[in-house]
Amino acid sequence: MKQAKLIEEKIFKSLSGIATYSLIAILAFIIVVIFVKGFNALSFDMITKTPKGGYYYGGEGGVLNAIIGSLYIALGATLIAVLIGVPAALFINVHLVRHKKTQTTVRYFLDALWGIPSIVYGAFGFTLMLYLGMNASLLAGIITVALLIAPIVVRTFDEVLSKIPIGMQESVLAMGSTKTETAFKIMLKQGFPGLITAILLAFGRGIGDAASVLFTAGYTDLIPVNLDEPAATLPLAIFFQLSSPIPEVRERAYAAAAILTIIILIISLSARALSRRYSKTIIK
Amino acid sequence: MELVQAKVMTPSPLKATRHEKASVPSAISIKNLDVHAPGHHILKNINLEIPKNKVTVLLGPSGCGKTTLLKSLNRLTDLYKELNVTGTINIDGDDILNTRQNVADLRQKMGLLSQRPYPLPMSIYKNVAYGLRLKGIKDKKLIAHNIEKNLREVGLWDEVKDRLNTPANNLSIGQQQRLCLARGLAVKPLIILADEPTSALDPMSSSTIEKLFREIKSHYTIVLVTHILRQAKRLADNVVFMYYGEIIEQGAPDDIFKNPKTEKLRQYMLEGN
Ligand SMILES: Nc1ncnc2c1ncn2[C@@H]1O[C@H](COP(=O)(O)OP(=O)(O)OP(=O)(O)O)[C@@H](O)[C@H]1O
Ligand SMILES: [Mg+2]
Repeated sequence: MKQAKLIEEKIFKSLSGIATYSLIAILAFIIVVIFVKGFNALSFDMITKTPKGGYYYGGEGGVLNAIIGSLYIALGATLIAVLIGVPAALFINVHLVRHKKTQTTVRYFLDALWGIPSIVYGAFGFTLMLYLGMNASLLAGIITVALLIAPIVVRTFDEVLSKIPIGMQESVLAMGSTKTETAFKIMLKQGFPGLITAILLAFGRGIGDAASVLFTAGYTDLIPVNLDEPAATLPLAIFFQLSSPIPEVRERAYAAAAILTIIILIISLSARALSRRYSKTIIK
Repeated sequence: MELVQAKVMTPSPLKATRHEKASVPSAISIKNLDVHAPGHHILKNINLEIPKNKVTVLLGPSGCGKTTLLKSLNRLTDLYKELNVTGTINIDGDDILNTRQNVADLRQKMGLLSQRPYPLPMSIYKNVAYGLRLKGIKDKKLIAHNIEKNLREVGLWDEVKDRLNTPANNLSIGQQQRLCLARGLAVKPLIILADEPTSALDPMSSSTIEKLFREIKSHYTIVLVTHILRQAKRLADNVVFMYYGEIIEQGAPDDIFKNPKTEKLRQYMLEGN
């Protein structure tokens, strides 16, 4: 009997270990493949020049258009998502604290929004764009991606806020703070490390998403200088250039993938560092 | 202190007839207070006069409604939709349950010390400054002066004066509780509500807090919930014994502790010692 338990323990431990480490191995494998493939193309030109002779057929130049376009869209969308998401998450945790049922319902809808596939956001953004008489543009891309990532900001931040003990809120209210002061002066501060995680998670999703910008931001060889101009993005740079018959163009796709991966890695590392830094003042 | 207490407690023949009520004015006057939760009558027809600038101690077994009573006094019960609070609570000439007055303004008249201290997620300095700023005090010098004064009052100044700008969460629990008391006192409340303020603290910090209460008690109306009978004896001017949502005995500590009238209180005191 005891022997059987011991064997069971051993088998389960190895299986769980394999599951864990194989995930890490897959991540390592992805990074290796992307970098090996993109390495030849990953030149200085790649990050300083736009494609020459068209992104599909021209072999020269780089993907600066997509880097800039992606950063514009992800930054703009994150900004909007934070402006909407932060008050929303605070509202759920301070003003709705008395209304548990509403709180649960709101969270349920936000979770549903989070789960909607990005291509659906893309289609919705496209419809909205046509309805408003806009063209595929930086602005349309920003709005669509903002819709896509706003639920991420709200729910991730909300998750952290909801862990703050109610006693803390009580003692702040007991001092005579209004709910708004409690939310924006204290809860925001206490939840700040979580907010950073939320922002960077949302930014990462925004910069990496192809489907939502496919119809809304369009694609171009140029760097957009106005909100109503189309914008290239890194995910679409990978998508379009990978199908090109020209080998140099295909290499550019891998370079774009490498750049995107680097950006995402930088974001997740800085998320950890920043949120640790801002954890110093919070009350445990 | 002893003298003042004696004066109040010994009914002088003159005062007893004419000014009995006026000699111990109420800071808080509770009438027909009921608190219902779904399927649970938490507070049952509470009628209580809490004397001004005295310590009123709430005693009673766990779950009898002491915290709920305290929270009704500063309307923290508002945070819980399931609680239905009815009756009247008169504070400073205003029925706080049915007032038009802003609940935030109302709460500024009271300080709250909870079981576990909750300093604000900011520096020690800002913890005390926060309440002052809420009150509309902007003068930096005045704020700095007040901070020093109140941190001295709770005996924290020497311990923290060189690190006022470091986060308050670095303080020990006992120091945090004293900081919370300092920030409460800084805004000059009329009333201090304390819900087992020493139960999470080490003996040293507990006795510091207790000592502070003794020092300040002639200037504030203090409502103190405690499970520590000896603490109640040391601090109370007025003892209220609650049982299952009802007040079943109240009076001066000498009467209550020496001659409990009900079996329940006798039992409670036996178990407490
Ligand atoms: N929001 C609420 N909803 C439902 N029931 C509640 C709520 N708050 C308190 N109660 C109930 O009311 C009763 C009194 O609770 P309260 O916290 O006031 O007791 P207490 O005397 O402070 O106890 P303790 O000494 O353990 O702190 C308990 O039975 C508790 O479960
Ligand atoms: Mg309690």
